[in-house]
Amino acid sequence: MNADRENVFDVAVIGAGVVGCAIARRFTLDGARVVVVEKAADVLDGASKGNSAILHTGFDAPEGSVEVRCMKEGYRLYREIRQRLNLPLIESGALVLAWNREQLSELPSLMERAHANGVTDVEELSRAQILKLEPNLSEQVMGGFRVPGESLIDPWSSAHAYLLQALENGAELRRNSEVTGGSFSNGRWRIETTGGAIEAGTVVNAAGLFGDVVDQRLTGKSWYQIRPRKGQFVVYDKPAAALADHILLPVPTKTTKGIVVCRTAFGNLLVGPTAEEQEDRNHALLDRETMLGLIAKGEEVIPALRSHEVTAIYAGLRPATEEKDYRIRSDLAENYICVGGIRSTGLSAALGIADHVAEISGREARPLADPVWPQMPMLCEYESRDWQEAGNGGVVCLCELVTRREIENAMTGPLAAGSMGGLKRRTRVTMGRCQGFHCSAELARMTEGRLGQPMLAQTCGKKTGREKTSQ
Amino acid sequence: MNAASDTGKGPQAERADVVIVGGGPAGLSAARELRRLGAGTVIILERDREAGGIPRHCGHYPFGMREFKRVLRGPDYARRLVGAARKAGADIRTQSTVTAIGRQGRVEYTTPEGPMVLQARAVLLATGVRETSRASRLIGGEKPGGILPTGALQGIVYLNGERPFSRPVILGSELVAFSALMTCRHAGIRPVAMVEPGVRPSAFSLSRLLPLAMGVPYLSGTAVQAVLGRERVEEVVILHDGDTSSIVADGIIVSGGFRPEATVAVTSGLAVDPGSRGPQIDQFGRIEDSVCFATGNVLRGVETSGWCWSEGRRVAHAIVAAIRGQLPEDNGTTVQIGEGPITLAVPARLSNGSDAVPAHTHLQMRLDRPARGVVQLMQAGKVIASRSVNSLPDRRILLRLPGNMSPTNGAFELVFREA
Repeated sequence: MNADRENVFDVAVIGAGVVGCAIARRFTLDGARVVVVEKAADVLDGASKGNSAILHTGFDAPEGSVEVRCMKEGYRLYREIRQRLNLPLIESGALVLAWNREQLSELPSLMERAHANGVTDVEELSRAQILKLEPNLSEQVMGGFRVPGESLIDPWSSAHAYLLQALENGAELRRNSEVTGGSFSNGRWRIETTGGAIEAGTVVNAAGLFGDVVDQRLTGKSWYQIRPRKGQFVVYDKPAAALADHILLPVPTKTTKGIVVCRTAFGNLLVGPTAEEQEDRNHALLDRETMLGLIAKGEEVIPALRSHEVTAIYAGLRPATEEKDYRIRSDLAENYICVGGIRSTGLSAALGIADHVAEISGREARPLADPVWPQMPMLCEYESRDWQEAGNGGVVCLCELVTRREIENAMTGPLAAGSMGGLKRRTRVTMGRCQGFHCSAELARMTEGRLGQPMLAQTCGKKTGREKTSQ
Repeated sequence: MNAASDTGKGPQAERADVVIVGGGPAGLSAARELRRLGAGTVIILERDREAGGIPRHCGHYPFGMREFKRVLRGPDYARRLVGAARKAGADIRTQSTVTAIGRQGRVEYTTPEGPMVLQARAVLLATGVRETSRASRLIGGEKPGGILPTGALQGIVYLNGERPFSRPVILGSELVAFSALMTCRHAGIRPVAMVEPGVRPSAFSLSRLLPLAMGVPYLSGTAVQAVLGRERVEEVVILHDGDTSSIVADGIIVSGGFRPEATVAVTSGLAVDPGSRGPQIDQFGRIEDSVCFATGNVLRGVETSGWCWSEGRRVAHAIVAAIRGQLPEDNGTTVQIGEGPITLAVPARLSNGSDAVPAHTHLQMRLDRPARGVVQLMQAGKVIASRSVNSLPDRRILLRLPGNMSPTNGAFELVFREA
């Protein structure tokens, strides 16, 4: 227990996904000295990497669950703080649509559940009303209801904002630090990581897809098991975003919300996710046949998608468990809180989860008198962007209109990008239709020696020794 | 979204006679010709840091035979095109990305100094092509580093002098795949295989010899099913005759599958052709109901730089005629493509003919499979042009257009009668 002062913290948060980021923010604003321990070279590298980027109201969550409580609180808090952090909110609303008689018969109970969950502004719609709201929708639709509060957000700038606010108010981030073990004695934790040991009064396990593994490594047991559930998505190019105003949801089944068709904050249209159980926690493989199935599904909902192009594809893993609800539990005897099983609603619920965790931690809050509020770069297609401002250094990524200044900014500061994936999430470079055809060379020059995990492989990223034939 | 309106607010519009969107071979040659014909102020907006277009990235031969009667490397060729346009008096503005085009000639663009607006008498779209990405091809697997379009590979090798990988797989066998092969050779990269989903190379058959000469196995009838690897590419999974196998590789070059880069046309509400996916033009290069024209590879998946250069030159004549009120009325109707192997026709719209030099004297077509027969342009049940065809897929087929046609005589239909 003689770790250096600089490795001693009040709270250690394990895992820098959206949930860990929000928890770090909460404890920091409550006056604690916080460290976030992340095994990857950059944050948001696990489950938070790929989701449907919707801020859910919780209208269809199980009544009385921890999940619905955290979602509702998370929803409220996001709307409360987002302007101070310069985070976008597109209040598109959602339509829950029935495509057959059976689904039609389920609508009343879904609307009842929405009311029970405190989402009282849902509004039943006739087929004609729906088609009037969404003229590009297939005429096969039979009925549905509108949930005005469902919204679109930027899934990454929100999480980055939570963590950056923590960092700018004194928290620390340790990357490339995988937890290998730990012990609790005399009321304090000592945690061993591949990036060195740290000491903390309270440990919060927000390790997502590896939550049960971290439990095992620290406490020798885990009370739940992660059962990864893969979600694949296809993303259409920007012209397709004009085809749907609302988030288009199917009637959910017991296990999944089903396949959503909606715009993104970046002005694209996405179709997904699938829900596929798998053992592997590291690899989310895209599958051609499944993607073709998503495209077919999308065209069933919006026939005009047939003439639009898919320009991005991705797959994410949800940290589901054997049970449906979140698995949040505190062991006050050991100052240990496990935040597990935050499956598909983590983005919406993160701020609510953070408050809930702070509450059950038993730690006394001494709120910072005047915390710093960082301003996030605005990447939302429906807001003013940097390319519209003077002095932006010119557009580098031509498809997503990402400027030189935006890329430079993303590589500096306490939350500088640590990998190409991280740079993409912070700026959207190469995420557009050309997938790097135009800007890869420029990006390789700009990022050389500046990303922990370089864009070009180190082994062959050296100069070829030939003359430059241009410039 | 950022749709331009011709009555839009914002910065005061700067005036120009012709604004050209895109500074590749087509745009540069149009600019030079426009200046020579006395079209007035001609401004090229190029989004890259230098004008010249795709040839800038192709540090190999042969370019320029048609234009300069010499065999040049891509970058030298690009420099000559830029020099010629500039010398003729064109104003080339780089790092200028067009964000919206109004039907009546209002062009919004962004620069390092912020957004700008031009008001032109005519606008020419010459935005070229891009390769079909791994995502658009729905190739499964993971998303590690080392998956590059040819354009990106060439930028990294020729502009940066770097090697992104050492043992990649090349996907595709269009001409650009061979350009990728030569780029690899230049950089000391040793491709482990060249993979083509079709049964024969898309480029001329002799090109099969090039990978062989370089010791690169050429696998036809082989699809790439997945790319594996978490941080870097580790494996490329291929499918051949229903059997899956994998190739150890540290990268993949996803080449070809060129498609028009017509996004700004789509988001600006200009007419886009469902066959070519480029702006839909008539034989003078005009986009319906606007003062906009289009030329070069944005019209259709890829032609050579030389071809685009001559298209650009010819559309310049049509633009000058339009500005002087000498073009016939834009009364074009769409050419319907009948059942069969024809995938696209450019121009896909035909207006009244004229003695003024049309930008397109021929209808260009492509097939989606090898086919033999007769192609006929019909109007009101009568054949107005025809020729025999024996072609591989994706090759250019030309059909001379009659000079004195008029859409008022009935609807146009393009028919392929197989032998």
